[in-house]
Amino acid sequence: MTDLTSLTLAEARDGLARKTFTSVELTDAHLAAMERARALNAYVLETPEQARAMARDADAKIGRGEGGPLAGISLGIKDLFATRDVRTTACSKILGDFKPPYESTVTTQLWRDGAVMLGKLNNDEFAMGSSNETSCFGPVVNPWRRDGSDAKLVPGGSSGGSASAVAAGLCLGATGTDTGGSIRQPAAFTGIVGIKPTYGRCSRWGIVAFASSLDQAGPFARTVRDTAILLRSMAGHDPKDTTSVDRAVPDYEAAIGKSVKGLRIGIPKEYRLDGMPSEIDRLWSQGAEWLKAAGAELVEVSLPHTKYALPAYYIVAPAEASSNLARYDGVRYGARVDGNNIVEMYENTRASGFGAEVKRRVMIGTYVLSAGYYDAYYLRAQKVRTLIKKDFEDCFAQGVHAILTPATPSAAFGIGEKTGADPIEMYLNDIFTVTVNMAGLPGIAVPAGKDAQGLPLGLQLIGRPFDEETLFSLGEVIEQAAGHFTPTRWWG
Amino acid sequence: MNAPVKSAKLIKGATSDWEMVIGLEVHAQVTSNSKLFSGASTQFGGDPNIHVSLVDAAMPGMLPVINEEAVKQAVRTGLGLKAKINLRSVFDRKNYFYPDLPQGYQISQYKSPVVGEGEVQVDLDDGDSITVGIERLHLEQDAGKSLHDQHPTMSYVDLNRSGVALMEIVSKPDIRSSEQAKAYVSKLRTILRYLGTCDGDMEKGNLRADVNVSVRKPGEPFGTRCEIKNVNSIRFIGQAIEYEARRQIGILEDGGSIDQETRLFDPGKGETRSMRSKEEAHDYRYFPDPDLLPLEFSQDFVDQLAAALPELPDQKKARFIGEFALTPYDAAVLVSERESADFYEAVLAVLADKARDGKLAANWVINELFGRLNKEGKDIAASPVSSAQLAAIVDLIGEGTISGKIAKDLFEIVWNEGGDPRALVEARGMKQVTDTGAIEKIVDEIVAANPDKVAQAQAKPALAGWFVGQVMKASGGKANPQAVNDLIKTKLGL
Repeated sequence: MTDLTSLTLAEARDGLARKTFTSVELTDAHLAAMERARALNAYVLETPEQARAMARDADAKIGRGEGGPLAGISLGIKDLFATRDVRTTACSKILGDFKPPYESTVTTQLWRDGAVMLGKLNNDEFAMGSSNETSCFGPVVNPWRRDGSDAKLVPGGSSGGSASAVAAGLCLGATGTDTGGSIRQPAAFTGIVGIKPTYGRCSRWGIVAFASSLDQAGPFARTVRDTAILLRSMAGHDPKDTTSVDRAVPDYEAAIGKSVKGLRIGIPKEYRLDGMPSEIDRLWSQGAEWLKAAGAELVEVSLPHTKYALPAYYIVAPAEASSNLARYDGVRYGARVDGNNIVEMYENTRASGFGAEVKRRVMIGTYVLSAGYYDAYYLRAQKVRTLIKKDFEDCFAQGVHAILTPATPSAAFGIGEKTGADPIEMYLNDIFTVTVNMAGLPGIAVPAGKDAQGLPLGLQLIGRPFDEETLFSLGEVIEQAAGHFTPTRWWG
Repeated sequence: MNAPVKSAKLIKGATSDWEMVIGLEVHAQVTSNSKLFSGASTQFGGDPNIHVSLVDAAMPGMLPVINEEAVKQAVRTGLGLKAKINLRSVFDRKNYFYPDLPQGYQISQYKSPVVGEGEVQVDLDDGDSITVGIERLHLEQDAGKSLHDQHPTMSYVDLNRSGVALMEIVSKPDIRSSEQAKAYVSKLRTILRYLGTCDGDMEKGNLRADVNVSVRKPGEPFGTRCEIKNVNSIRFIGQAIEYEARRQIGILEDGGSIDQETRLFDPGKGETRSMRSKEEAHDYRYFPDPDLLPLEFSQDFVDQLAAALPELPDQKKARFIGEFALTPYDAAVLVSERESADFYEAVLAVLADKARDGKLAANWVINELFGRLNKEGKDIAASPVSSAQLAAIVDLIGEGTISGKIAKDLFEIVWNEGGDPRALVEARGMKQVTDTGAIEKIVDEIVAANPDKVAQAQAKPALAGWFVGQVMKASGGKANPQAVNDLIKTKLGL
């Protein structure tokens, strides 16, 4: 029998349906792979007993012909998703051993459709980071290495554990969340597919909040088709999240293989940055050529406010975060460090519970919302956000169906390489992805090639609101042309 | 510094007359079964932390969902305050740390409230009336409660109240005396209770006020104000204002200046004291709550609520005066509590002749019933005399079956023993005698037995009253007084 962990999610689904193997076998294969791959630090919690129980249940249902769309499929869950009675920490010390008495809506829907949870995946603390180095559980290691080097590389962030686990075959797919690029950037860094759907497509209920107006859940998998299968289960209206949208969830998988002939693809000139590595530029042109060859029409478009997106993002996101994280005060749950009075208890708890990057963003957020600074920062950033959104609307109004950009300005970098004194260097990783969150649009990252050192590089497709289907169709064209990217196993 | 009050409006100081300028922020708990953003119960009392949802406790990843009934209640209240209803409003976060504030922020409405400007007509005891402008009404969450008496070194937190919907009703600085302030809060409370949007129970803290007080010389611009937080009775509101205004006048007359600050009222000592200065004021870092979309509804939604609005005290008062010729005072007494007005309306509903006896019924409700209830410390809901019984008594008077005097006896019987008034009158022979033959017989007997009194009365007609009294006494009070009067005048040749 072939290694079950090297199957795509769709192949595993079909194998389970044909009873070529069982979910218990599939689950055990993944659990064994996880055990061998602990050096990657992708999982912060393995839940083998629960996984096997869910797998047995799935096998029984498949046997009775009652298996759901994800029956028996082994998944990893980002630690930002609340999982009932299973430790959920957002990879922050401040949540301690918090075990929520509730299950997030997105994971509830995955279990409803028969999926199996293998464990909880590492991420940047409260999803604040672009390298998965801010986790209280330590950094995640990218399964990819530069040619001829054994230097450890970051998998990107904040959903670094999800990306690393999927790329290394430690699950068939994983959940992620994306506030400024936290799905697309790690997908690009690890040679896999990740999609951030339209804001409101997935419920945020039960996902530890970072920046509420930007956060959106989405899937990781090794093929475009697999992400389409997962998104169908994850998406949907939730009355418990009033920002989720009441709109039918299409069969995304049906979009795979659909002709892209006649689709107009925008190439935004503002994304051609000074000093951008030539290999990124070449990759971008290559992607455009592939789409053209498939019958799409390329048009240059302008998104004039792009250059303000990153600074505006780093006002809006920390502002919301500073307020969202106020609840971690040591009073009701999570870690508490006592003090002589309530204020000291707050200070001690938050000083020891939050890591440096979280503290930095809480302070930035508090500052930009303060009396006397609100108008100059927060309000202005919101205006920029409106303009960015309008840039995209104008573009789509001209008949553009989707926009093609690089996913990241570089390939994965080394652990510790960008954790120096200047946080801006790290923030620049999100330069191509934050605009999409600011505008609430769907964006998919698809692996498209490698850099000179053999590391995967990805392209990003940005779609019209709720038009994830077009992104899947286009993404698959790139995938077909570029092929798949699998790291050479070195981790045991 | 204890300057005597010159009039209701001005305070005489050592150097000048002073005028108080008062504005109130009333926090009214919305009457609804569940909280503003969660499904948890709003029931008062119960063990600590039994009415707490995951949202109220601010568990990670929890999201608020607006309670439509609370929105309706706010709109109804806005309509009752003749205010502008904003079809689009925004919920903001007011950020501060406090143990009984689980989210670390209160969801409130800052820049765009659900209700805009309105007004309240306030009648004062001296017969004057003033109009107090309403600046705005917004919806917000209540906090929980810290319990400091449960443990020697720790405080406990009860979140039952956390997330309960409040309406903050902000007045314009249109109030000029403590009497006006008290009358305004009473009127506001009455309106809320009529609307059924807040039960107005101040003992339970369901209605409480932040009082802004400043003083100025008449005609001058507004002075610096102090805010007295969380005053929870109408009497205390009056006391706090009186103390605070005199404190400020004392400082100003001594050449000092007022520091803008937040103060607390101590009901035990009857004084206000500083809580925090402007410099210590929180920076609440308000910003729109990204978990909630702007609150939007249609004019049709508002119109439907307006159409179903109950009659409000001002309208009811005008109707009572217009239809039944009640005095403004009596009408005001009846409408001041919804329960009183409801009782009166229930009496009217079964009265045989509303047009004839409406005013009489009002007198009986106010004087006999309320008087008696007050004496016994009873609430109208616990009245032993029902509206139907009272209506029957009024019917009996109105139709001439019993006299007012007998009616008082009848009321006593009904109060103590119950029963159908009409049947009681029959059974106990309390009917008024209108048969002139029978009355004439009594008159004749008394005239014949008292020739000296006859002579006196003929000389001085006012003394005929003695005969009336004798006849009424002889008839056991049942003779129709008008008939007795007429007959005596005839017999004595007056």
